[in-house]
Amino acid sequence: MDTKVTIAGVELKNSVMTASGTFGSGMEYSDFVDLNRLGAIVTKGVANVPWSGNPTPRVTETPSGMLNAIGLQNPGIDVFIERDLEFLKQFNTPVIVNVCGHTVEEYLEVVERLADTNAAMLEINVSCPNVKQGAIAFGQKTEALFDITKRIKEIARQPIIMKLSPNVTDIAEMAKAAEAAGADAISLINTITGMKIDINRRKFVLANKTGGLSGPAIRPVAVRMVYQCAQAVKIPIIGMGGIATYEDALEFIMAGATAVSVGAVNFANPYATVEIVEGIEKYLKDTKTESLKELIGCVG
Amino acid sequence: MNYRKKETTIVVSQEMISEGIYDLRVKTPAAEVCVPGQFVGIFPPSDAHILMRPISICEADADGQILRMVYRIAGEGTKEISKLKAGEEVKLLSVLGNGFPLDAAKDKKVAVFGGGIGIPPMLYTSRMLNGTAKETEIYLGYRNNDTFLATEFEPFGTLNIVSEDGSVGYKGNVLDAIKERDFRPDVMYACGPMPMLRAIKQYAESIGAIAYISLEERMACGVGACLGCVCKTVNKDAHSHVNNTRICTEGPVFDAREVEI
Repeated sequence: MDTKVTIAGVELKNSVMTASGTFGSGMEYSDFVDLNRLGAIVTKGVANVPWSGNPTPRVTETPSGMLNAIGLQNPGIDVFIERDLEFLKQFNTPVIVNVCGHTVEEYLEVVERLADTNAAMLEINVSCPNVKQGAIAFGQKTEALFDITKRIKEIARQPIIMKLSPNVTDIAEMAKAAEAAGADAISLINTITGMKIDINRRKFVLANKTGGLSGPAIRPVAVRMVYQCAQAVKIPIIGMGGIATYEDALEFIMAGATAVSVGAVNFANPYATVEIVEGIEKYLKDTKTESLKELIGCVG
Repeated sequence: MNYRKKETTIVVSQEMISEGIYDLRVKTPAAEVCVPGQFVGIFPPSDAHILMRPISICEADADGQILRMVYRIAGEGTKEISKLKAGEEVKLLSVLGNGFPLDAAKDKKVAVFGGGIGIPPMLYTSRMLNGTAKETEIYLGYRNNDTFLATEFEPFGTLNIVSEDGSVGYKGNVLDAIKERDFRPDVMYACGPMPMLRAIKQYAESIGAIAYISLEERMACGVGACLGCVCKTVNKDAHSHVNNTRICTEGPVFDAREVEI
């Protein structure tokens, strides 16, 4: 039984990763799970300088999901390299660093700073819906996505994963633009923009008014979009959106994802990642499937 | 001691002790290791609710391994939790947060404040402070004469009941009462609504006392990963260095001088 997969030349011991922003840099969840069991750790978005994020309330629950508008609070690349990447060196698990910025130059600065670090791949966040300037602005028009992907690709030492937004008319066109610009892989979906209103206070629940919807509520949308992208591009896809169990993860893989990320469900079940790793192993064994690769995109 | 897990516990008992306020007791070894001011995440039973509800620890019986939480129904999740019966399972994320620094009370004049649904964690705090402080005055603020939990505080200090409508005890808020009594503590411990905590922060500054206040905010992970529950701080925070500290991890209890509320 072989659970290994390869993305842009980086071999992963299994397909299960964490979704950026839901797992910190692994430190907070290392009390719950053995980080060595994961296929990769995707860290929270990091910018060239510290970002304060949005006012509170930043999170609220919704049916089978949640809205967040954290606004990418992060310590900036200097602290991140010294502290977070250093911490992750003790584990035998590839690290994928999620990169964010307000301008192309800010993204490029972070990518350059990561060149000589232990980051195995970079995930470029062009899809955060909670930052007023930048971020999603690069992920909603094919021309802008093509341009930023190309410019990052020109200087990046590590393979580049472009993280796509579901808040677009045609996700397959976005996937094609990323691929045409040289992206090594794509990941999707980021959160879906949503809103919640407190009818007793007659106000928005989130200080940012809107937030990104995640959790099991968005899973069918995410599976559909992964399938559409898998039909449109040849580069590997990392699928995510409400994955809570190994069954959910397999849906994404069968739709065409090479790997999956577990996100909001870490909050509901901090053991979810490793439970999914074990569930997939058991599924392969029970169904006498030799390699996970046989399942990637198997629905056609 | 690091006790950090999501665990399935059994409800020992649950009863409504006031309108919309419930007293839930569950069996867990967490009761042996927790400290006053810490909290747990209680998961509503249905899968449609994916997030835990952060609830302070009202009492911990280490010998019996019983953790007691007194909470108010604030929405659908807590409503579901309130329907749990003895013998049923409930999932907890425990034990979360830092807790009150009790050592600071040693041989000092201490005031303990609880306001509304901020009263429950001050019961455990008062019991654990008992015998440490030189003198303890307890101020509990209620809306009216529905003084849930009040009698349980009696063994732990001079108890002062305060009601907004004046129907019992001092009329007004806990600050009005302490000023009226002209009690000048060295150290204060408080949990309650934000206006009360702001007033306590100011009062502590005005008399040169130290105030430890317990804050709350909407939370997702409870363990410091999501950065959902932050509070503005005077100095750079430990995590992001942006004066936004995590209430779930660096708090919920802060030295009032460190936070901007």
